[in-house]
Amino acid sequence: MLTIPRALHDKIVAHARADHPDEACGVLAGPAGSDRPERFIAMLNAERSPTFYRFDSAEQFRVWREMDDHDEEPVVIYHSHTATEAYPSRTDISYASEPQAHYVLVSTRDENEAEFRSYRILDGQVTEEPVTVVE
Amino acid sequence: MAIEVRIPTILRTYTDGAKQVEGTGSTLDELITDLEQRHGGLRDRLVDGGSLRRFVNVYLNDEDVRFLAGLETPVKDGDTVTVLPAVAGGV
Repeated sequence: MLTIPRALHDKIVAHARADHPDEACGVLAGPAGSDRPERFIAMLNAERSPTFYRFDSAEQFRVWREMDDHDEEPVVIYHSHTATEAYPSRTDISYASEPQAHYVLVSTRDENEAEFRSYRILDGQVTEEPVTVVE
Repeated sequence: MAIEVRIPTILRTYTDGAKQVEGTGSTLDELITDLEQRHGGLRDRLVDGGSLRRFVNVYLNDEDVRFLAGLETPVKDGDTVTVLPAVAGGV
């Protein structure tokens, strides 16, 4: 189950819409071990592609080091699909390497209604989980 | 003094859960070979066919070694090497 404040949910959707048709990507950081997303961090998609995303390695280093310094971890890793459903692709699954993270997928294929879904990806296995948006 | 190596969560199975280990060597390649002695299997997660795996980021202090000399990057006592799996995906 992913429990996420409304404000953070909306920031993710807004980011995905803003970068459409390129895939948007980013992180929600939270206190290590808390499973609570608290801080929104939009990341550059170094691929700038409608079908692929990759965190810029220097930016990832700075963000991960900052989280570590503040005893935080990536609670949510999100990205968008711009023409397909909000479900992890084989590529998404093969690169997922933060075992504690909730992988959020947003689809911007419909210009009016964004799809927002969350998954755990462990050892190549995808499990969808319910999302609770807290007002 | 040695070289501090920071290990991401997903590779801590090779270090008995440690988030940081130490090693020696004068290049990144030698350092990884040294780490492999005590943490068997770690090298294969970082290196494929003589070069660093594409979707693993390795940093010497705060620079991605892709922009230095890759596996041949010189390292020395007091340096910090950080490993982070790349975050990527697509359709």
